[in-house]
Amino acid sequence: MEVLAEPLTHAFFVRALIAAALVGTVCAVVGTFVVLKGLAFIGDAVSHAAFPGVVAAYIVQGPILVGAGIAAVLTALAIGFVTRRAGIRGDTAIGVLFAGAFALGVFMFSTIQGYVGDLFGFLFGSLLLTGVDDLAALAILGAIVLGAIVWCWKELLFATFDPQGAAASGVRVEALEYTFLALVALTIVVSLQAVGIILVVAMLVTPAATGQLLTVRFGTLVVLAVAIGIGSSAVGLYVSYWLDVASGATIVLVQTALFLVALVLGPRSGLLARRRSSAAVPA
Amino acid sequence: MTFDPHSHPHAHPVERRLPTVDAGLDSGHARAHSDVWLSDVTAGYGDRVALENVNLAVEAGSLLAVVGPNGAGKSTLLKLMAGLITPWHGRVEILGHPAGQQARRVAYVPQAELVDWGFPVTVNDVVMMGRYPAMGRFQRPGADDRRAVAAALEQVGMGGHASTQIGSLSGGQRRRVFLARALAAGPDLFLLDEPVTGVDPTTQEDLMDILEAEARSGKTVVATTHDLACAAQRFQQVATVNRTILAHGPSSLILDPDVLAATYGGHLLVLGGQTVVLDDAHHHDDAPAGERHFHEGGGGGAARRERPEP
Repeated sequence: MEVLAEPLTHAFFVRALIAAALVGTVCAVVGTFVVLKGLAFIGDAVSHAAFPGVVAAYIVQGPILVGAGIAAVLTALAIGFVTRRAGIRGDTAIGVLFAGAFALGVFMFSTIQGYVGDLFGFLFGSLLLTGVDDLAALAILGAIVLGAIVWCWKELLFATFDPQGAAASGVRVEALEYTFLALVALTIVVSLQAVGIILVVAMLVTPAATGQLLTVRFGTLVVLAVAIGIGSSAVGLYVSYWLDVASGATIVLVQTALFLVALVLGPRSGLLARRRSSAAVPA
Repeated sequence: MTFDPHSHPHAHPVERRLPTVDAGLDSGHARAHSDVWLSDVTAGYGDRVALENVNLAVEAGSLLAVVGPNGAGKSTLLKLMAGLITPWHGRVEILGHPAGQQARRVAYVPQAELVDWGFPVTVNDVVMMGRYPAMGRFQRPGADDRRAVAAALEQVGMGGHASTQIGSLSGGQRRRVFLARALAAGPDLFLLDEPVTGVDPTTQEDLMDILEAEARSGKTVVATTHDLACAAQRFQQVATVNRTILAHGPSSLILDPDVLAATYGGHLLVLGGQTVVLDDAHHHDDAPAGERHFHEGGGGGAARRERPEP
């Protein structure tokens, strides 16, 4: 009990825990659609593309989240536009824009004279440094993203499953696609504090991917992803506290471990399940 | 003169004779009594023309089969009607309005290969999607929606499979579920891309019985098919397509060797009075670049030809 209770006597740990739960929830919900739409690579690209925004905000002493948000949303929309309109394959467009944006960030980073320690927090996350105003910003952004997802939940599900059927019945699929990309970008901005640019894609993708190994029902998948997102964030945070290691990386490692367990033991793809009923499982 | 549930109050356009069996009617008349009306339509993907100079008028209550060889533009024709692609030239009017504007009165069912069957949804979830467009923001399915879904599933003989994941259904069952989704939407126009391709004979009969009943009740059904026997026996009307509409009229008049020769060209074999179409049940040829095709887990028994994804 002491292991769980002692850290809670520190206000910074409680703030970190709340932030981790918030980020875990938002990432899991958005990540479910990211995984089903096959956009994991876009998530990775957009998170790296936030870097120049972060550096620019740092240089002009502006709010980092705003800089990251602008850079991430612009890149996400640019990827959507180039993929749809320029006749270039999606993965190629992502590769070009993502590397270009990250290089711009590194370039700007290298021009800064003096101490840049704060910036490393955005590369690798700094949950335990979450302040009260950070928490407020997280809560507001998270509520906006979740509210928007719930607002277009039915269209999003329909268009993810059957884009043409949805478009034919009046869903504005293209507008929805851009809205969703912008929401992915905002989700990444929300998560920067927790796990940083490099690892944020895991927060998006791993809980939903783990859920997919365990269920074939959409509602259950979302609930599972959220539970995994919150649970792994809390466990990772405690482990990092007691072992005095990087919190973002620990959270991602916990998620990865859960994914591997589900991969081996899960009812759908699990190695055990395959042995149990090699004939009964339909293709 | 049959009763037309969709009266068209707007002025009739300049007279133009349609090069089809309908041509006995002037085009203004045809347009006013048509649920589907295409005039001089050209369309394609990128810089490739898929269809040109298409003229077609489909009256309300019709049961129309669209037939033609691979890559002839059958799917493109359906997508034009569904408002999924915009014509480069010409006009497409659906239920008296430009295509896409009456979306809630149209149910479109894509080819089975365009659906990701591994998607984590149940049969019930898929059919409920047919109800989504009519539901409000934040609104959860109500008693009416659940009743409509249950009735649609019952109608296609899938009442016992509501909570089955779609990936574990057979090819025929998948087509049944997608027809149920269209039925649950209660549309005035059904646009079905290959609804009976690769299904077992029982499923084909069942699905055609349902479509026939819908047409009798005044709904319009347009379906592409590779199955000429099915088109001849079960559809009232046939339109033959090969880059344009070559013929359109009652199936008995259209499916004769001359029309088929014009439509299928080299893919047609005439053997001692019997006409054989050399064609497989699966086509990608008129699919636009970038369209996702899903092949895994197909239980339909259709002839399938793998091709690298575009």
